[in-house]
Amino acid sequence: MSKEFLSQYLLYWLIAVLFMIGPIGMIFKNNLMKKLMAMNIMQVAVIIFFLALGQKMDATLPIEIPGLTGVTNYINPLPHALMLTAIVVSLSTTGVALALLLLIQKKYGVLEEDEVLRRMDQ
Amino acid sequence: MNVLIDYRPLWAVVISLVAAGLIMLSDKKPNLREAWTLIAAFGKMFIVFSMLPAVLSGQILVTEPLHVAKGISLYLKADPMAMIFAALASALWIVTSFYSIGYMRKLKEEHQTGYFASFAVCLAATMGIAFAGNLLTFFVFYEILTIATYPLVIHERDDEAIKSGRKYLAYTLIGGQLLLVGIIWVYVLTGGGDFQAGGFLAGKGSVTSLRIIFVLMMIGTGVKAAIMPLHGWLPAAMVAPTPVSALLHAVAVVKAGAFGILRIVGFVFGPELLKDLGVATALAWIAGFTIIVSSLIAIAQDNLKRRLAFSTIGQLSYVVLGAALLTPMGILGGMYHIVAHAFMKITLFFCAGAILATVHKHNISELNGIGRQMPFTMGAFAIGSLGITGLPFIVGFISKYNLALGALERGQGIFIAVLLASGLLSASYLLPIVYIAFFKKSEEFQEYKEANLCMLVPLVFTAAVSIILGIFPNAGAHFYDLATMAVKSIVTGNLLGGGW
Amino acid sequence: MREQYPALLIIVPLLTALVIPIIAYLVKRLVRWIAMGALIIANISAIGALMHVLNQGVWHYRFGNWMPPWGIEYVIDPLSAGMALLISFISLVVLIYSDVFLKEEGWLKIGMYHTLYLLLTVGLLGMVVTGDVFNFYVFLEISSLSAYGLIASGGSKAVVAAFRYLLIGTIGGSCYLLGVGYLYAITGTLNMGDLAVRVQPLMDSPAVIVAVSMILVGMGIKMALFPMHGWLPDSYTYAPPHAISFISGVMTKVAAYAMFRYFYFIFGAANETIAIVLQVIGAFAAIGIIVGSIMAIAQSDFRRMLAYSSIAQVSYIALGLAIGNMYGLIGAMFHILNHAIMKCCLFLIAGGIKWKTGEYKIAKFIEMSRKMPKTMGAFIIAALSMVGIPPTAGFFSKWYLVLGAIEKNMWIYVAAIVLSSLLNAIYFFRIIENAYLKKGQEDIVPASPKKPELPFSMLVPIIVLGIGILIIGIFNEPIVCQVMQYGLPGGGMR
Repeated sequence: MSKEFLSQYLLYWLIAVLFMIGPIGMIFKNNLMKKLMAMNIMQVAVIIFFLALGQKMDATLPIEIPGLTGVTNYINPLPHALMLTAIVVSLSTTGVALALLLLIQKKYGVLEEDEVLRRMDQ
Repeated sequence: MNVLIDYRPLWAVVISLVAAGLIMLSDKKPNLREAWTLIAAFGKMFIVFSMLPAVLSGQILVTEPLHVAKGISLYLKADPMAMIFAALASALWIVTSFYSIGYMRKLKEEHQTGYFASFAVCLAATMGIAFAGNLLTFFVFYEILTIATYPLVIHERDDEAIKSGRKYLAYTLIGGQLLLVGIIWVYVLTGGGDFQAGGFLAGKGSVTSLRIIFVLMMIGTGVKAAIMPLHGWLPAAMVAPTPVSALLHAVAVVKAGAFGILRIVGFVFGPELLKDLGVATALAWIAGFTIIVSSLIAIAQDNLKRRLAFSTIGQLSYVVLGAALLTPMGILGGMYHIVAHAFMKITLFFCAGAILATVHKHNISELNGIGRQMPFTMGAFAIGSLGITGLPFIVGFISKYNLALGALERGQGIFIAVLLASGLLSASYLLPIVYIAFFKKSEEFQEYKEANLCMLVPLVFTAAVSIILGIFPNAGAHFYDLATMAVKSIVTGNLLGGGW
Repeated sequence: MREQYPALLIIVPLLTALVIPIIAYLVKRLVRWIAMGALIIANISAIGALMHVLNQGVWHYRFGNWMPPWGIEYVIDPLSAGMALLISFISLVVLIYSDVFLKEEGWLKIGMYHTLYLLLTVGLLGMVVTGDVFNFYVFLEISSLSAYGLIASGGSKAVVAAFRYLLIGTIGGSCYLLGVGYLYAITGTLNMGDLAVRVQPLMDSPAVIVAVSMILVGMGIKMALFPMHGWLPDSYTYAPPHAISFISGVMTKVAAYAMFRYFYFIFGAANETIAIVLQVIGAFAAIGIIVGSIMAIAQSDFRRMLAYSSIAQVSYIALGLAIGNMYGLIGAMFHILNHAIMKCCLFLIAGGIKWKTGEYKIAKFIEMSRKMPKTMGAFIIAALSMVGIPPTAGFFSKWYLVLGAIEKNMWIYVAAIVLSSLLNAIYFFRIIENAYLKKGQEDIVPASPKKPELPFSMLVPIIVLGIGILIIGIFNEPIVCQVMQYGLPGGGMR
């Protein structure tokens, strides 16, 4: 594999793989908890994508070091700020989903999708 | 050309809408409720007839447009053709209201409040259709009429009524949607839809698109005008109480369709354009076909109302034929037939209802000797029948004569043959009823008497009018003059046109 | 105060939402009034913003006076102000309606419901006023999460429906976020106005194409565009009436509005990419209209019928976007308004019928006209509007859509619209037949002043919305010409 591919593009291919795990997991897995986990993986993929956008060569954390000036020396902090929000969103969604799963477990006794649907229609 | 701003067309529409509301509120007091109907009916007729002198002298009364959507407006216009329909419908509402009161009370019908309220809304919609100044206004009231007649069709609320209601809605809604597409297309091509004498579509679109628009619009209005094969709803709608059949399915709804066809032929496309497009001939043939076939089917019907229904289908196609002939006399005959047929057919339906209410018989085979007991009723029936046949001195002759002249003008003698044949066929499905009523003996009806006054007076009145108009076509509301003025305007393309 | 309307619009309901659980614990009775107060302030702010914007043009409200593109700004033009007004009005109406359903609950349930409800309102309002694409995502997720919670409060079946909605909705949100990521990657900005300028020369690049597709999928899922509509029937059927009226009336419309903003204002419809995307949307919309209408006919549960009907109706809006000319867009915008009111009214009626008679099955609606005359009267108006009979509002949206379609010779769309009107007539008239015509077995106690058919707090919203349908229809010219036309791209009619 060329150096260029490894250093520049591999990351995005991995992100793409993670992103696809999301819908594929949600469709093909029967257990509701596993679907939830797949959803989480999908959200993480998007977060990493944003973070990858902010990276720069030979740049350091965006906390000012006296004497080191110039934008090229600090990585872009904006994606990090945005992704904090996105992480919080992901967290809340997971929280709500878990609450719903608890209720489903209590009412139907199982977390397998086909079984839940069957019991729902009775 | 004299165009005046006047709100009387709007009041004519609104008065019965207000009445409908008051009727709904007077549910517990039948006499008050009936009073609202009669007040509204007389009021409406008064308003309409008050506009007659102005229109006859050549003025057009227009309401201010109500802008309802970007670039389009609703407005009402009282021109000669509108006055024909409006005067006819408002006068006949009074008559039908008296008749309804008698009929509903004799039969102790349920849901009378809804009945009278729906009737009022229907008449408001009919006024709106008559006075519509552009295609959108026409369509709005056309659809309101469809919806408002539904409660009347399903009045009996039994299974048969529900089925007939569905059939009615299916036909009219599908037709309505096709008409809508045609109307919108016209708006796209010309940016407006105002009715103009002599048409405004010439040169505005390709031949194919104009032909398709014409077909769409003909299907849309043809459903209500019961052109075959779009007529299926009309016999089914006979399950409604007879006053409904009388006014709505012999006068208001079906005439709205026929009126629409005349408007589209005369005021949207124009005879010249239709001649160039070549579509009118097909329409004339379909009309002729309908006339003959419906008469043949009528002969085979034993149920009196169904026989009259098929007769209506045929008679309506007289109007369509007149429009399709594209000649001045033809269109004149068609327009006048709106009036002529209305009076004659409403007489026939009133008689059928009187028979139903008094002796509770539906079928012709059961009517032997009824003429003894109900001489006035059957006498009126005889007059109506003879008029449909086309006997001189009854009003049906006038329109038939004009139609025949119109066919001659076109050089299409075949349609004269159609008219003659239809006359003979009408005779053969209507006159036997008169015969068996008077000349067949039967013990059955000994204890019955004539129909009650509320029903009897209206039907005698309409029969008498049929004769009066047959001798003096201009009596009363100057129908013949109005029709002539309308045709002149179509032919010459402006509303005070010169000679033909 | 007047200068702060855009901020008030969001902040007042938001703070109220956060404070309500405490108030619920202390004084249960006040919660409703405080929530209503917050929504009334939101309504006033929306009206104020609309007036301002109609007089003075687009309003850029900068938070903390940080200039864009670094600061977050709210951009209000007549269309977004109109949407904000619509959202806050329907929110208030349904809140009034919900009184009956919550009377007997404990403080926790009341508190939670009102909090989630206000948060949902905040989320939707934020989506329409914001001028920043990431801020949009935040509000999108706020509204979605609140919606999941509200739907789940409808019982055991609703929890499963909410969970599935959560899964699919989060896919949508993530897709949208990924699209935003791509846009940020190549333009470096998140501000909508700035983005519109910077993305133009890059429209043919693969990154933008991916971004456009991702946003299409994301918004498509949220607005239930065929074939991404799978979550909708279950959610709408099992959710409680006081939540679903608001959600069904507004949520999918806001997503459609967002699609309109993105494709016409940010990307600009003249591009080849967007033109192809619009064609795809149009195809999906046409199929969705027909499929939705046919499926609705097959339903025996009133709410599920309304759910499939919603799929069809939102596809009208998408169709208007796909048609793309002035009339098509006006039709789409007008239908956003119409459908919000019609569908909200219909779900309120469904809830009312359930409350009064316990029935959701259409076959059991026999003689409903005598038990609940005013409600069924409003139903008739709403049904006529859905079918498209003049002079109701629904007729005019179809008028504009067909006008636009004929102008562009898109005959398939015309056929789809006409056909669906007739299909709508089938399933609505079936209910009218049941309610008015069929005779039932047992004795009916007709409604009377002593035993009203529904409590006032339920009946008044239904009737107000029903009359609103007629008024919007008859007076649609001022609405279209004085408000909506300024929402067209290019700022007004040609």
